[in-house]
Amino acid sequence: MAEAGKAVRQIAFHVTRYNPERDRVPFVTSYQVPVRQGMTVLDGLHYIKDNLDATLAWRYSCRMGICGSCGMLLNGRPALACNTQILHIANANLTVKPLPNFPIIRDLVPDLQSMFDKHRIVEPYILHANEAESDFWAGEFYQSTEQLKSYLQFSYCILCGCCMAACPTLATDTRYLGPMPLAAAQRYDADTRDEGRHARNAVTDAQSGVSHCHYAGECSRVCPKGVDPAKALQLLKRSLVLDYLHLGRQTSPCKKLQGPGNGTRLPDIAAVPKKTA
Amino acid sequence: MGGTRSWTWHMAAAVVLLFVLGMHMLIMHMAGTGHWFAPYGTEPSSMRNSLFRDENPFFIFAYILLLGVALYHGLYGFRTIVFELTLKPATEKAITIALAVIGLGLFGLGTWAALVAHRIALAGAGG
Amino acid sequence: MAEIKRYDNRLGIAGWLSGGRWGVERYAYILHRITGLGILTYFLLHILVTSLRVKGIYLWAGHGFMHQPIFRFMEYLVFAAFAYHASNGLRLVLVELGFAIGKPMEPVYPYKTSLNVQRPLLVCMAFLTLGLLAVGAYWALTK
Repeated sequence: MAEAGKAVRQIAFHVTRYNPERDRVPFVTSYQVPVRQGMTVLDGLHYIKDNLDATLAWRYSCRMGICGSCGMLLNGRPALACNTQILHIANANLTVKPLPNFPIIRDLVPDLQSMFDKHRIVEPYILHANEAESDFWAGEFYQSTEQLKSYLQFSYCILCGCCMAACPTLATDTRYLGPMPLAAAQRYDADTRDEGRHARNAVTDAQSGVSHCHYAGECSRVCPKGVDPAKALQLLKRSLVLDYLHLGRQTSPCKKLQGPGNGTRLPDIAAVPKKTA
Repeated sequence: MGGTRSWTWHMAAAVVLLFVLGMHMLIMHMAGTGHWFAPYGTEPSSMRNSLFRDENPFFIFAYILLLGVALYHGLYGFRTIVFELTLKPATEKAITIALAVIGLGLFGLGTWAALVAHRIALAGAGG
Repeated sequence: MAEIKRYDNRLGIAGWLSGGRWGVERYAYILHRITGLGILTYFLLHILVTSLRVKGIYLWAGHGFMHQPIFRFMEYLVFAAFAYHASNGLRLVLVELGFAIGKPMEPVYPYKTSLNVQRPLLVCMAFLTLGLLAVGAYWALTK
C-alpha cells in the first residue's frame, strides 16, 4: 500500500486542447503527472494547471460529484473528473477529451446549451390541470412511499451531460431530445402530483422523441448518479404505447389534504407551525 | 408527431414476423426432412414443391402477410436509421414518399406474383 | 454580445460504431442495425427473385444459378443475421416495453441499473443465437 502523499506512478495525460481564437481544429497535448493513491482526474488537471501549463481550461465547481460541471471523456468514456480515480482507469496513459456531441468552447469546456434547451422543452416541473393551483395551493398533496419511489431515482439527475455524450443516437441526430430531457419527462410523468403527462406526450412522442432510443444502454452505464436514464426511457415508451392504445392510466392526481385532518394531537407533540409562505 | 404510433406497429410487426418468418425458415429449409408441405423429394425449394405450396390458399395468405409485415418492419427500421442523420425536412419528406412508393410497389408486385402463381398452380393441378 | 466560435464535436456515424469503453448492449445495438440492413437488402432482392416464378423462372430450384457455393455462403450469412436479429429483437421488444428492466429504485453505490436486470435476457439471447447458428451450420453442411 503506497503512502498517501507520495507519487506511485507517472501517468501521461493526453489532453485535448482548443483555443477558439487561434485553432481551427482541436489538438492533443501530453503532460506527465505524478499520481498518488486517491488522486482524481480533477486533481490531475489541477496539477497540470499549477505546475505545467496554466492555460489549460476546464469547468468545475464542487469537486464532489454534486454540481455536474466536470463531465469529460476519460479514456473513451464519459465521466465526472471529480469522482473518477486516476488509478482505477489508467495504467500509464489517460486521454482526457471534452464531452462529445456538444460543441467545444475551449479545451475541455463543452457548450451544454443544447441540452438545457431540450430540457426546457419537456416542461420539467409539476403541471396542474388547474393552473391557479400552482400559485395558490389549496392544500397538501398526499403521496405514498411507493408513489415516491416510482420517480425518485430519476430526480437525482445533476445535468452533467455524460449520458448525452454517450448516446449513439445523439452522435448524428441533433434534434433527438436525448436521455437526460426524456428521463426528466418520465420523472414528472410518473409523479402522482403531476397532471401534465398528456401535454408532455406531444413532445416525447414527436419525431425527435423517445422512439429514437434503441437501448444501447450507454446513458445508464455512464451516469455518475445512478439515475438510470435508459430505464426511465423504456418506462416512458411503455406509457406512450399504452396511451396510444388508450390503455394508459388516466391522470389521477393524488389526494389533496385540506389540513392535518381531525385526529387528536398527542400531548407531547408540538402544534404545527404557522405557514410562512 | 406520431413517433409512437408507427413505432408501436413496428414492434407489433416484429412479433408477427417472429412467427411467420420463423415458419418460413422452417418450411423452406427443414421441411424436406419431415415432408411437411414438401411432398416431392427432400428439397423444399424445388419447382414441384413451390407449385405445391402455390396451390394452397393458406400459403398464398401467409406469403402476402409476410410480405406486408416484413416490408413495413424493414422499411420503417431503415427510415428510423436514416432519419437519425439529421437531414433537411424536405429530404426527409422525399425519403418517406420514396420508401412508401417502394414498399407499396413491392407489396403490389409480390401480391400479384403470389396470386398469379396460385392460378398457374391450380391450372397445373387441374390439367 | 460577440459571437464565440465553437468547434462542433459531434461524433457522426463513427459514434454509432466506434468502440470505446462501451458495454455489451451497445455492441448488441450496432449488430442489430447491421443485421437489419443486411436482411432488408436480401429481402428486397428476394421479393424480385421469387416473383420471377410467375414467368416460369425458378432461379433457386434444382441446380440453378443460386446454388453456387458463394450464394450458399451468403445465404448462411443471411440466416445468421436473421437468427441474431430475431433473438435480440425478442429481448428488445420486452425491454423497450418496460419489462425485465426492474422498477425504479433508490440509487445506492455501486449502482445497479436496468442493464444489470436485463442482462440474463441478453445471455439467453446470445445462447439462442448460437444454438440457431449451430443448427443452421449443421443443416447446411450435411445437406
